[in-house]
Amino acid sequence: MRAFGLIIVLLTGGLLLWGVRDFPLFGAADSPANGGVVTAYYLQHTMQDARVPNAVTTVLADYRSYDTMFETAVIFTAGIAIFAILRVFDDRGGRRLRKSQDAPVKGDQYRIIVGTTSRLLIAPIQLFALYVLVHGHHSPGGGFQGGVIIGASFLLLAVARNLQTSLDRFPERRFLAMGAGGVLIYAGTGLLCMLLGRNFLDYGALQAVLPATGPEMARSHGIFAVEIGVAVTVSASMFAVYAMLASRGRLKDGL
Amino acid sequence: MPTPFQILLHNFNYVCYVVLLMIGLHAMITKRNLIKKLIGMSVFSTAIILFYVSIGVNNGGDMLAGHDGRPVGNIPVLEHGIGHDAITHPETIDPRRYANPLPHVLMLTAIVVGVATLGVALAITQRVFQDYGTLEEDEILAQLNNPQENDD
Repeated sequence: MRAFGLIIVLLTGGLLLWGVRDFPLFGAADSPANGGVVTAYYLQHTMQDARVPNAVTTVLADYRSYDTMFETAVIFTAGIAIFAILRVFDDRGGRRLRKSQDAPVKGDQYRIIVGTTSRLLIAPIQLFALYVLVHGHHSPGGGFQGGVIIGASFLLLAVARNLQTSLDRFPERRFLAMGAGGVLIYAGTGLLCMLLGRNFLDYGALQAVLPATGPEMARSHGIFAVEIGVAVTVSASMFAVYAMLASRGRLKDGL
Repeated sequence: MPTPFQILLHNFNYVCYVVLLMIGLHAMITKRNLIKKLIGMSVFSTAIILFYVSIGVNNGGDMLAGHDGRPVGNIPVLEHGIGHDAITHPETIDPRRYANPLPHVLMLTAIVVGVATLGVALAITQRVFQDYGTLEEDEILAQLNNPQENDD
């Protein structure tokens, strides 16, 4: 079995290395990946269509909007799947565990530096997450990155203090609702466009409800709306994954 | 005709991706420990991300100077002045000055979906450990084949 696996790996690697000879040079401007008609369209029309200088954001949330919507649904599904696999409700043991939670955690007196540093850092981290989220139109950033940073700030709290402290601020009911709510914001934006008489996720239709905007600025705002949905789902799912795994599904007495 | 060494030097990033992919595949196929398999899966997906990102790189080479002598920006974000002109005249933008945004978009979602996949896989692994007390494949298989030894 071991030798068989090694042979398969070497065969695959050898074939791929053989193929490396035909790749274009690193960073070549005329490589097939950089020279396509679709690439040129994306880059040339991102400002005209949606007034967004960051072509990645336009492709992510406008040209390939369906893709991103279902990626968000995948992340939400992963959070729900982990909930279904791991979550344990033990009402009898709950009171005992809660009492042990109120007692000072062993080794707490050694956590002054870590605790203080994390307390000072969490607010700037969340502020930076919001900056990354709202500045995704003009610089690298957007819903996925901002959402992950928000989730990471709650992870920092859970690691530096304990899981219960983090769960008090981001309880189970809330992160489950936020995971579903983010997908709802995304799909709801698409549905709103449909109700206004255009195609699903054709944000140009939003000019009817946004005052004093043309269809291009309406697309920009529509992209922002779905980015918020993505950020909400991603942050909730990131924290759900950690909280479920760290507490073996009990959401008490984490690591 | 470039020598194999020159090919290796010019396409070093692709060689790195092949090596990472082989490491990941080897871990997934031959390791018996479920966590080691997951580490292999993670390394494998990292290799794919490296591949996509290095395909999308466009540093322009020497032939493409910036429009006003500045170095060429190779990320797919339009500069302020250029972007403003593009509202009315999209043809003023030279797409060869920017990287292809598509690989970036695909990998952006792939990273987050990779984390979600890894989370679900770790959750299943944790359940397996709760039920069988081990993460070694052969020990789990032995317990599955002899269910009477399971109730300890």
